[in-house]
Parts: sequence; structure tokens; C-alpha cells
Amino acid sequence: MSELLAIRDLVKTYGEGDAETRVLKGLDLQMETGELSALLGPSGSGKSTLLTIMGTLLQPTSGQHTMLGTDLTHASDAELTGFRNRHIGFVFQFHNLLPDFTAVENVMFPAAVFAGRETAAARARARELLARVGLADRMDFMATQLSGGQKQRVAIARALMNKPELVLADEPTGNLDRESANQVMALIGEINSDEQTTFLISTHDETIAAHCRRRILVSDGRVSTL
Amino acid sequence: MLYGLKIALRYLTASKGQTGLLIAGVAVGVFVFIFMSALIGGLAVFLLQRTVGDIAHVTIEAPDRDAISLLPDSPDVLVVQQRAGNQRTLLRTADAFLPLIEALPGVAATSQQIVGNGFVVRGQTRAPVGVTGVEAAKVSDIANIAKALVAGSTDLTNSGVIIGSGLAEDLGISAGQVVRLQSDRDVERTLVVTGIFEIGVDALDSRAAFVSLATARTLFAQPQGVSRIEIKLADLNQANDFASRIAAQTGLKATPWTQGNAQLLDGLRAQASSGNLIKGFALITIVIGVASALLLSTYRRRPEIGIMRAMGASRRFVVGVFVAQGTLIGLMGGLIGAGLGFLALAPFPVPELAPPGGLPVDVRQGAYGLAIVLTTVGAILASILPARSAARVDPVSVIGQ
Repeated sequence: MSELLAIRDLVKTYGEGDAETRVLKGLDLQMETGELSALLGPSGSGKSTLLTIMGTLLQPTSGQHTMLGTDLTHASDAELTGFRNRHIGFVFQFHNLLPDFTAVENVMFPAAVFAGRETAAARARARELLARVGLADRMDFMATQLSGGQKQRVAIARALMNKPELVLADEPTGNLDRESANQVMALIGEINSDEQTTFLISTHDETIAAHCRRRILVSDGRVSTL
Repeated sequence: MLYGLKIALRYLTASKGQTGLLIAGVAVGVFVFIFMSALIGGLAVFLLQRTVGDIAHVTIEAPDRDAISLLPDSPDVLVVQQRAGNQRTLLRTADAFLPLIEALPGVAATSQQIVGNGFVVRGQTRAPVGVTGVEAAKVSDIANIAKALVAGSTDLTNSGVIIGSGLAEDLGISAGQVVRLQSDRDVERTLVVTGIFEIGVDALDSRAAFVSLATARTLFAQPQGVSRIEIKLADLNQANDFASRIAAQTGLKATPWTQGNAQLLDGLRAQASSGNLIKGFALITIVIGVASALLLSTYRRRPEIGIMRAMGASRRFVVGVFVAQGTLIGLMGGLIGAGLGFLALAPFPVPELAPPGGLPVDVRQGAYGLAIVLTTVGAILASILPARSAARVDPVSVIGQ
């Protein structure tokens, strides 16, 4: 296994002066390629902030954030957008599919945005991914026609579309029933072991965390591995 | 960009009712623009046709003579007396210039004329007239006498005269009867009234008489040369440029029709300005409508914009999606409005053939292409603000909303 990302002395504050809130307080974290990790911690501990910084959606106040040898701390918005598209996948709690698009179109989105058009190769991969997550018979359904569990599986397929090295999942099972949640976690575990894709799953649920090999606890703006 | 266009199209078709209303609003604005263009343009054609359609667009005459000093050089001269000067200004070189003028592009007709004043005498009745001697074959080339003829014919022999209906009424004569025409040179000829016209302009109908060029030479004692050459152009709006060119090339005095119709031109300009103002308001309405609808759409789709940004869509891509929506709305609204405008205007006759009291709209002056282009450009400009607002959406704050 090789180092995928490294975060050193990461600080994130919101507001200024008396209203300043320090959410991350000199946080350090390293992740290796192929990890399946759970990000645990109480509400307000900074889990979501850490996840959004790791996903390049938010810039830290100070500290260093590198991934695949690229320093992301001082990168421009355009550079971060491109990096995110090629190397990072997201799975959100509320799946966040594009409602006016079909399942296969949603999955293809990251590749189509990169290429500027929907290529035949991208469509083929999107179909393959949907088949893998058990939605071969729902490919051309509109996102609004799918159940919660199906939508989350489409979201996982979309996160994998550009073969990212890192997938960040924010409470991916938080909105699902137990059976669907177990199916989603089983799928994540399968993809992780088959393709060596690194997953970092933010969760409050110990049962979900139990599927992961590493458990990272965020507490008072810092991390510790359990 | 292709993919951005696909997303824009999907967004528009996803809200069919809203998009339909928006496009309909744009189409109505374009329809107003086109109707105003056709109405203002048609009205101008109609007014020009009615007011200057039967006059020369450019008149060529001999240049004005320089004033000659009457004061003698010799100090011994005690009395200076000017001889009676009844010489007319003559265009002696008309024959040489005429082929050159007729060959110029844009010239529809030319007419050499000898003009003078006189009286038409019938029994004890005398009526003052302006006499115009024209070439027999060109009687209707400038003023359309043939079209305005109410009696007789336009066959102008050396013993014939064509007069207006008002003059015929004043003298109590009809076509085929004989009158005496007395010129201001005290030359008198007995002529047969071969035709009576009614143009609808009192100055012509009551005070004009047309005779042949040969008869005019006799009446006004002009064995050679002509008084003027009248020119009709294919496009009367070119009269100023044409007159300047002729004056420069020949050294003659060339007067465009606009010189004597300043008030009409002012009226037409004011009318065109009013029309442009209304068209401008129609465009502003379109721009505001598109901008507000897209801003609303931007706000409604904030979570989706956030997802796109999280999936690696650049700000430029998001801008492209919303500008493409504006472009499609403008283009479709423009095409539909232009099509409806053409269909609505097509049944109306062109102003040249419009019946009195009819609406003088000109289907040819609908400015369809301009309306489509301006609307599309306006819609693109209108979409920039919503597009920029969409590009500024922070994915972190909107995902999960």
C-alpha cells in the first residue's frame, strides 16, 4: 500500500473576531491506497468539515493537504475542480442525484463533464457500474422513479465513474433501512477489495463502522485512530 | 459545450409549462417588434408614395449665374441702366448629359422638360397654368399621368394638351374640346384637350398643363435646350447621394426631392424614432423576462448546481448551461415570434397597393432577421446574470438542501 493523502496541522475556522469558531484544530491524518475507513465522532466534532476539505470543496484556513503528491492547499478553484473530477468520488446521505436525468445519465455525469460530451465508452462503463450495483433493470429509469436504496446505489456507481482513488461517503446509509444499509456497505466493501479504491465513510452508526478496517475518530477538532 | 447544451435542453423540457410560457412571452415581444417595424416602415412607404411618388426625385438645371456688377469701371459714366432681362436659364447641354445620366445605376426614368407659365383661355374664361413641355413618350415617366387619367388619353401630339380635372372643371371643358394656350412670351396656340387627369394634388389638378416638347419650344420661344431634366430613381432614399454625384460629375445644379420636403422628412424621422423606442421597450421586456425566469430557475436548482460542482463541473460549465438556456429561449421565441409576425402581416397588401383607409403595414419591412438576432443576443445577455449567480453557488452549503 502507498500513501494516498496526507493532512498536516490542518486548521479550519469560521467567522471572524468574537464570532470566530475553530472547528479543526491542527488535525493530522494520513491515508493509504485501498483503505476502507470509518470517520466517527459526535455531531459538531468537525467530521463534515474534514470531509469537505478532503473533497476539495472547502479550503482550510491553514495547514497542508496533499493527495497523490499534489499540494491542494493553495490550488485554484479550477485546479481543485479538475482534481476532484478525476480523483475523488462522493456519496452523500441524500444521494443527491440529478432528478431530471436517468440512472445511466447520472452515473455518466462526471465523465461527460470531463469530456464535454457523453461518449460511447462512458455510457458502456456507466451501464457496467449500474449492473454491478444491481440496477441492470433500472438503467433508463428517471432518478425520481427509483427507491431510496436504488438511488444510493446509483450514487455509488456515479462516485466510481471516473475510477477515483478516493471515495468520500457522508452518512451514505443514514437515510436507508437496515437491509438497504447492509447491502450498500457490502457493495462498498466489495468494490474496495476488488479495485483497491480508498473509501472514507463518515457515520454515527457503529454497525456501519464495523464494516471498515480502520476507524478514525474526530474529536474536538483533532483525529485519533481507534 | 455539447454536454452543457444537453443539460440546458433537459432543464427546459423538464419544466414544459414554465418554458412554454417563457418562450411565448419572448415570442409576443418579437411579434410586437416585427409589427412595429412593418407598420413604421409601411407608413413611411405609404406617405412617401402618396406625397412624393409623383414628383421628380432629382431635378437637374443649369447652374445659377453669378451676379454681375452693374457698376462701370469708368468714372465718367453717369447713368447705369439694366436692360430688360427676360432670358430664361437654359440647359443647353442636356443632350450631351442625358445618356450619361440614364446610364447611371439606380435611374428609373428621365424626362427633359421645358417649363413656363401661361393662361388657358376658353371663351371669356382665363385660368393661369404652369405649362410643362415633355417628350410625348415620357408623359407618365415622372408623374404617373396615365394612372391618374380620368378622361381621354395620354397621347400627346404637337396640337394636344393634357390638363388636370380641376382646371377642366373651372373652364367647363372635357376631353376632345379645344382651348387656347397663351404663354408668358405672348405666343398663343390652339390645342385640343387630349386627356384630363386627377392626381389628387390640387396644385397639379387645377394649375398644370402638359404639352409636347415641340409645342413648348414654340410657346416659350426656346428653339434649343431645355429648362430641366427630371429624374426618377428606383430608390428615392438615394436622392441626396445621387444629386451630389451628378452635381460633381456634370457641374450642373442637381436638387434632390428632400430639399423641398424637410417637414415631411422630419415627420418620418420622428415616426421612426417613436417606432424604435417601442421596439426598444419590447426588447427590454424580453431581457427582463428571460433574466427573471432564469434567476428563479437558478435558485430552484441550487442543490443540483452544487452536485454538479461536487462532481467536477467547473464554474464555466455551469455558466454555459444557463447561458445555453437563455440562448435557446431567445432563439425559439425569436423564431416563433418572427413566424407568427410574418403570418399575421402576409395578408395585408403592400403600402403601394393599400386601399385608402387601410392599415399601411409592409410585410417586407418586418425586420425578421434583426428581430431574431436581437432577441437571441438580448436573451444571452439576460442569462449572464443568472449564470454568474449559478456559478457562485457554494456546493457545501446547498448539497442536501
